[in-house]
Amino acid sequence: MFEMIVPAFIVGGIICMIGQLLMDLTKPTFTPAHVLVSFVSGGAILGALGIYEPLVKIGGAGASIPLSGFGYSLAKGAMEAVEKRGILGAFSGGVEATAVGIAAAIFFGYLISVAFKPKG
Amino acid sequence: MADQTLKKPLLSVTAEKYQTLIKQYTPKPTIIKNVVRAFIVGGIICSIGQIFINLFSSFGLARVEASTAATATMIFLGALLTGLGVYDEIGKFGGAGSIVPVTGFANSIVAPAMEFKREGYVMGVGAKLFTVAGPVLVYGIATSIVVGFVYFLLH
Repeated sequence: MFEMIVPAFIVGGIICMIGQLLMDLTKPTFTPAHVLVSFVSGGAILGALGIYEPLVKIGGAGASIPLSGFGYSLAKGAMEAVEKRGILGAFSGGVEATAVGIAAAIFFGYLISVAFKPKG
Repeated sequence: MADQTLKKPLLSVTAEKYQTLIKQYTPKPTIIKNVVRAFIVGGIICSIGQIFINLFSSFGLARVEASTAATATMIFLGALLTGLGVYDEIGKFGGAGSIVPVTGFANSIVAPAMEFKREGYVMGVGAKLFTVAGPVLVYGIATSIVVGFVYFLLH
């Protein structure tokens, strides 16, 4: 049950450190939204270049839980779908591979937003 | 003309002394502190994600499936903690450590949607869910299509 915890902590921690540096060194141009967008696109590009895959192997959730992991899944899905369906796969693969995450984010996000009131 | 009437300064501080004084009162650069905190909080969140992956694997899910299920679980937890007002506190301490993981993505969905509920369930909650998630999906999906397209051309 506790295997891979330490690698996940280290890899995840380092990825988040990069995000923090990006924000602190470019203050105030880089907002959290910019960080999330660059991590998704960055993860997709690193995934396409085959650089992100080893990180997932080494770090497990440390690489898949950060948003760069979402980008990696998008790119991996698109490439795998191209193998099977050709050019249509480029359009379908990314969303197919990440459908659970996207749907969960919309569904849970909606439920919680409706159920709770903002504090203060 | 007017110089004779000027009052003597109350503090006898020379220019050099003044420089050392401001240094004393200026807050120290917080970058290192922020980076360490981001490492710790991001590391903890990813470790919790790993525990869920291990848990779902022990239920017999394949590695990729277990990872997907863990991501969905973390999204739920991030959304719930935002609703309870706890995630903001984590964010104040953790900075990017709380923004970069998917829990931060869930936070960026729930926080504005909850805030704009008074504008109604369609243009308030429905639209504001995508304040940050919208750009993330636009750039993420667009990048994946370009990647797929390039991959198609190269193979």
